[in-house]
Amino acid sequence: MSSTATTAPAQEALPKVKADRLPWLLVPLLALAALPLTGSFSTWITLTFAGLAMGMIIFIMASGLTLVFGLMDVLNFGHGVFITLGAFLAVSVLGRMAGWTESERLALNLAAVLPTLLVAMAITGAVGMVFERVLIRPVYGEPLKQIMITMGGMIVGQELIKVIWGPQAIPLPLPAALRGSLLMGEAAVEKYRLIAVVVGLAVFGLMSWVLSQTKVGLLIRAGVQDREMVESLGYRVRRLFVGVFVAGSALAGLGGVMWGLYQQTVTPEIGGVMNVALFTVIIIGGLGSVSGCFVGALLVGLVGNYAGFLAPKVALFSDILLMVAILSWRPRGLYSLVKS
Amino acid sequence: MSAPLLLQLEGVHTHIGAYHILHGVDLEVAPGELTVLLGRNGAGKTTTLRTIMGLWRASKGSVRFLGEDLAACATPEIARRGIAYVPENMGIFSSLTVCENMVLAARGARRAEAMDPKRLDWIFGLFPALRRFWQHPAGLLSGGQKQMLAVARAIIEPRRLLLVDEPSKGLAPSMVQNLIAAVRELKQTDTTILLVEQNFNFARQLGDRVAVMDGGRIVHAGSMAGLAADEGLQHRLLGLSLSAHQ
Amino acid sequence: MTPGWLLSGDLPRSRVLAALLVLIAAGLFLAPFVFPGAKAINVAAKICIFIVLVASFDLLLGYTGIVSFAHTMFFGIGAYGAAIALNLMGPTWKAVAAGLGAALAVSLALSLVIGLFSLRVKAIFYAMITLAVATAFQTLASQLSDFTGGEDGLSFKVPQVLSPSFSLRDTPFLGVDLNGKLICYYLLAAAMVVLFLIMLRIVNSPFGRVLQAIRENPFRAEALGYRTVVYRTASNVLSAGFATLAGVMLALWLRYNGPDTSLSFEIMMYLLLMVVIGGMGTMYGAVVGTTLFLMAENYLQDLLKLASGAASGVPFLRDVVHPDRWLLWLGLLFILSVYRFPAGIVGKLRAGRGAP
Repeated sequence: MSSTATTAPAQEALPKVKADRLPWLLVPLLALAALPLTGSFSTWITLTFAGLAMGMIIFIMASGLTLVFGLMDVLNFGHGVFITLGAFLAVSVLGRMAGWTESERLALNLAAVLPTLLVAMAITGAVGMVFERVLIRPVYGEPLKQIMITMGGMIVGQELIKVIWGPQAIPLPLPAALRGSLLMGEAAVEKYRLIAVVVGLAVFGLMSWVLSQTKVGLLIRAGVQDREMVESLGYRVRRLFVGVFVAGSALAGLGGVMWGLYQQTVTPEIGGVMNVALFTVIIIGGLGSVSGCFVGALLVGLVGNYAGFLAPKVALFSDILLMVAILSWRPRGLYSLVKS
Repeated sequence: MSAPLLLQLEGVHTHIGAYHILHGVDLEVAPGELTVLLGRNGAGKTTTLRTIMGLWRASKGSVRFLGEDLAACATPEIARRGIAYVPENMGIFSSLTVCENMVLAARGARRAEAMDPKRLDWIFGLFPALRRFWQHPAGLLSGGQKQMLAVARAIIEPRRLLLVDEPSKGLAPSMVQNLIAAVRELKQTDTTILLVEQNFNFARQLGDRVAVMDGGRIVHAGSMAGLAADEGLQHRLLGLSLSAHQ
Repeated sequence: MTPGWLLSGDLPRSRVLAALLVLIAAGLFLAPFVFPGAKAINVAAKICIFIVLVASFDLLLGYTGIVSFAHTMFFGIGAYGAAIALNLMGPTWKAVAAGLGAALAVSLALSLVIGLFSLRVKAIFYAMITLAVATAFQTLASQLSDFTGGEDGLSFKVPQVLSPSFSLRDTPFLGVDLNGKLICYYLLAAAMVVLFLIMLRIVNSPFGRVLQAIRENPFRAEALGYRTVVYRTASNVLSAGFATLAGVMLALWLRYNGPDTSLSFEIMMYLLLMVVIGGMGTMYGAVVGTTLFLMAENYLQDLLKLASGAASGVPFLRDVVHPDRWLLWLGLLFILSVYRFPAGIVGKLRAGRGAP
């Protein structure tokens, strides 16, 4: 069929496809390094689970942000609004189901929590769609205006939340069966932290599956690398972006619910104060990389908790110190996706 | 002059920021032919392709494809009308596998299995390296192999027009031969190609028609045979530097 | 000494704007005599201080096109510099000078480092980095309690002439006590005028024009031979310097400084709102925006209280116009400004009055 002149050199050896697992090793390495420093095994277990749980929740909040930035170079300084909204929605929805949340039966608790999560995600997703249409779409390609308008969105969003729920902190108690700890030998691990880890892994698993096994995921990965080429291949990246933005907002809402339950108190600033931590995580992970975001979030959670125990004064800067350390090793983040 | 034109540019001006790159480009591409857009660096060849593709907007003039003005269309729409673009930097997604790159290019396929097997076989025949590296990240391919992948992506599904930007640039001579053979086979499938090149010796082996660009304008248009036969014209238009390209 | 020379050729170019500026200037200079009470003079002083701060921010954002969230950090360095010096060295002018000098040195050095390091990266990264640095600095300030007074901040005395107990004359003049506070106020007002005019001169100089060229098209500017990194760093350093001076002014007025008085993110947000609503890249926008914003912060609430009272029957409406939610309205105005009035109030006034 073909008459291609093969003047290419004789069969060259196929290069070994080495998956870049190095960044993943950082998590267990960090945990192991902290073990001798913390002294007791049980303390270490408690701290590690606290760090992992916090890291998982941070990942859920940040995952949308990294894809949104990787795909369209849009940094939503108002991302915290979705987190706050999610947390307050949890207050409202769970509040109505006091009967089920106060019950000791796990099944009833879950029957209350699951709809809460779904409602929070649905509403924050919808708000995300409005946010993108009204605030972000008009300023595509103008980074200065983007920064300012998303900041403005944050201010207005926060004030509107105060209008609806009031400016004061509101308690958000955990459902009864989810409170308390499990004993692992001498170590006490809070039940909720275990749940957070499970949920985080589930979200990461789902995102990884979508990204690697579906055409939409393929489009997102390609778009993060070279948006122009994806458009030249005939795909409307703008529409894809809206979808990713909405998903990211919904995930932030989910993160908000979980964070609110973790803190057991919800304030209108709960999302805004996460901004710096979230930006740190997505920079550490490499913009546009979900795996990087995951590893980065776990590292931030672990370092925060270990430092909080070992050297509380340093703990306040632990985010930034970690970022400097990682960027010194890999200047573009743990998993950099080179834009051609 | 019998067949209707596939692509027609009339008086196209393109500005990029403050720079005025195209100064009234008139270009005609007839169906089934391979037209070469020849010229030195900075003549505006790549800008012309990008303007056709909608990546940059023409500030004046019209770009007509099958008689319809593309001015109002965004890049994805232009691609969907049947134009495939192989940019100068090849646009390979290096973190995706060769297979994934191809699946992306095959708009009709949701998964690798859904791509036309006959067409794939034909492509593997043209570019055997792609079959070898099918599951490997495209970033591991050599420059020449990446160029093959870029062309393969453009032909995995039938397209009416291929825009190819300097495919021979930086390729080893053996690779260039492969490329020429592949393009010749492509031409047999009645694909229309607009090929941008600096290398006259590469272009003359493939082109049916030629348009020479200089300073953002077309300074000569005619048959390739005509230009190839007229050395004096070659020197006047292209300067000695170009024919020194091997 | 024509208006043209004084304003470095940068005239208001709109009769309404000119009238507004004259009104604001008159209001500020006559405030202690025309508006009685402690609140009025406090608001007026704050306006003077923030005009300098916002104008310095306009230099960076409006004229050079750089969004930096670290601006309040330099404000805080100035305030802390004066506070720490006056605290350690006692209420003398030497202390003020020492604090000023030290603060300027720190600001200049820090802004130089940040500028050279970060101005090479994309705008969004620069914004994130400055946000992180500013947050870290605020944490640092509240942690080094021995030095900075920690969360509680530092209270200190100012030089005798400026302190409220000082009295120029025993009897009031036109109904106002001629005490140190009054003197301090006029010192701030004078400083504000001088610093503003200097900044006006800077943005209307060849240097200022290059900045604007860089803002519009950095590639072109680079191609024309201007080292953009140098100019942008210089702009960074200059704006940090003026912000530091504003900080010293703040410390002298409040006789107190803490992490929240000068370093809070809230203030950074307010700066953004003021400069955009007033009009970016105009300098006069800083004057108009600051006055509007601070008047709103302090007096809009009274207006909203009336509205809220009137709407007390309708729950949602009542909450939306609640006086505590004044920021909501300003936030909406801000978004509108970014969207449709990039040149803010000043731009709108100029456009509507047959401006060139």
